[in-house]
Amino acid sequence: MTTLAAAVPTALDAPGARSRRCDTTGLSVCLTAQLFIKLAAVSAVVFLLLGGVAAILLALTRWQAVHLLRVDWFYRILTFHGLNMLIFWILFFEVAILYFACTVPLNSRLFSRKVAWVSFAMMLTGAVMVNVVVLAGKADVLMTSYLPLLAHPGFYLGIILVAVGTLVAVFNFFATLHIAKRDRAYEGTVPLVTFGALAAAIIAVVTLLHGAIVMIPTFTFSMGWTAEPDPMWYRMIWWGLGHQSQQVNVCAMVAVWYLVGQLATGAKPVNETVCRGAFLLYILFINLASAHHLLVDPAVGATWKIWNTSYAMYLAVLASMIHGFTVPASVEMAMRDKGYVKGLFGWVTALPWRNPAFSAVVLSILIFGFIGGITGVTLGTQQINIIAHNTLRITGHFHATVVGGTTLAFMGLAYYVIPLIFRRDFVWRTAARVQPWLFGGGILMVSLGMSFAGSLGVPRRSYDIEPAGVFGPAAHLFLGVMGLGALVAVAALLLFCILCVGTLLFGRPNSGRAMADWGVAQRVPGVKAGLFEHDHWAMKGTIALTAVFLACFAVYYFANWKALADVWPAQ
Amino acid sequence: MSLSIPDRDWYKAPVGAEKLWIGLALIWCLVMSVMMPYWHFRGKQNSRGEAYAVTPAAFYERAEQFVAANKVGERDGVPIVEPAPGGEAYLVARMWGWYPILKLRQGETYRVHVSSMDLNHGFSLQPLNMNFQVLPGYDHVLTLTPTSKGEFTIVCNEFCGIGHDRMIGKLLVE
Ligand SMILES: [Cu+2]
Repeated sequence: MTTLAAAVPTALDAPGARSRRCDTTGLSVCLTAQLFIKLAAVSAVVFLLLGGVAAILLALTRWQAVHLLRVDWFYRILTFHGLNMLIFWILFFEVAILYFACTVPLNSRLFSRKVAWVSFAMMLTGAVMVNVVVLAGKADVLMTSYLPLLAHPGFYLGIILVAVGTLVAVFNFFATLHIAKRDRAYEGTVPLVTFGALAAAIIAVVTLLHGAIVMIPTFTFSMGWTAEPDPMWYRMIWWGLGHQSQQVNVCAMVAVWYLVGQLATGAKPVNETVCRGAFLLYILFINLASAHHLLVDPAVGATWKIWNTSYAMYLAVLASMIHGFTVPASVEMAMRDKGYVKGLFGWVTALPWRNPAFSAVVLSILIFGFIGGITGVTLGTQQINIIAHNTLRITGHFHATVVGGTTLAFMGLAYYVIPLIFRRDFVWRTAARVQPWLFGGGILMVSLGMSFAGSLGVPRRSYDIEPAGVFGPAAHLFLGVMGLGALVAVAALLLFCILCVGTLLFGRPNSGRAMADWGVAQRVPGVKAGLFEHDHWAMKGTIALTAVFLACFAVYYFANWKALADVWPAQ
Repeated sequence: MSLSIPDRDWYKAPVGAEKLWIGLALIWCLVMSVMMPYWHFRGKQNSRGEAYAVTPAAFYERAEQFVAANKVGERDGVPIVEPAPGGEAYLVARMWGWYPILKLRQGETYRVHVSSMDLNHGFSLQPLNMNFQVLPGYDHVLTLTPTSKGEFTIVCNEFCGIGHDRMIGKLLVE
């Protein structure tokens, strides 16, 4: 062992380690990791707030009856919204999750404080730069910024800084895993949460490299140093970044599902191998799935499209379907073990519904699975894409996955992160219990409004549908539903931000005692543990739920083939 | 527990309901995988992505020749052009309009060449709701067979600047 490693103990329980013991969980927390979890989480929430304010302006513009913004500001705010929500809020929060997952469960210190500072400074500078350039009106190019539409060089440079800064954080994560293993901060296999974070980190590396490949030549082109990159090449590589970044979110989200499931009900994976195998499928097969953004593009042949969307995408879909079973199954098994054994769903009413983290995760699973997953797989089918490409159906889909799924799960996690890492109990707990339901309900309306309007042909990324004159009252109604849903969802988002900030400022410090409990599932008195340990059919409610899910999936999928068969023959 | 180190013997093959679900999910994924090649041979709507490299200027020249040879009328200054049944047609996308107006016949098949003069555009045929991507530098060939009559609207559904929402074209089928 090197002297350097000896000077700074890796294991947090070693003498001289810069750590504290968590008064709630008894786990050791690396103080450096804690600092950067705080910095990343606070920045994330600030970007979420910015994106939320933008969301309301956009929804009130696309809601034709209101039509709030001027046309140039609509596209400007749309660019701003996409970048803050899909990139900045989520990336910053994921860095917080990574730093947590490689230190706390492994009893390890963070590899390097300096590297973490470099990463944070780059990410923050980049994000601020992008936002300033966009709001200054120098980059009305939307999030995708398809060439030859060109933005100010500062826009591309900002994105490159964010991407490289995130890569540096991912490096810090890998290095921490390495030193923790080398110095035996823990023995055996990493926990599932860390494994999920590891999968997310590996996909993130591939994603961010795509980002570098596409953004660097675009930046040099915008500076006038190099020739224009080919627009089709740009689209292909951009989606290697754009789609995979969402798979990073899926991985992180699933890890949060397992984590909160455990915290609130004591659930443990029914089968570690299956859960880990599903994460492995993500790593191996998600990369090519980004092909489904190019299904009606010129110059990419049918064979390439079919191959990439079938073999790779469906193996990743399989992974999501596995998690969609194992997470509720593990919760149900935990509940049955506690004595809630009546019927198919007797355990459901006994779940800790007053725990906002838990209700957020349940809603996240339901919205992600039933709306986001089913629509995503269907829209990503080579031929069906003809009746969906660039319509609001696409937007409806990803508001269910990224907002109803990932954002809601991350919000849920925050209900634990703040008491445990910032060591303050939440203020206004009644409001906190309502917040996930409001947000989930609002975003469900947004997603459904968009999806139905998109089915009627309403385009995404469009300021106004009146000039076309072909979108009737039904389309206007659905845009209204979307607008109302957005009002509810953004109100819940503001409530979330108020609760977080209020807690940081006024929350009662909880050092020296356990955090105020949100509610966990209690054991029925007198029930012995382990009654169902070897019963592999005990998760009856989950079996019923997943059967319903599969039926919905099949109906929706084939209904779309039917709708496709009704349009003109086209090749 | 998902937060703690698993037991040494954590490697176990799935059993029971879990095994059944994995099997069902795998079968369903295989069904979906098979649907695409099936439709490719049996279905009528397939985006083959047939395309040729072309400069905007060269494409525009070909479109002008096509308009001059097949023009049958005019509406608001935009020529209405009727290609020969089974023949080639040209459609130019540019900020912020579609040129010319195509007049097709029901039941005939046309090779419609679409390309952009400037940015990415989206070819979205309404109210049918058929959508294709249009790029500069690429002559995207859409082989279309109109099966319904009427006046259709081409909406641009890819952001192409301030006038994007006013980028509306027409397509007539008799
Ligand atoms: Cu356009």
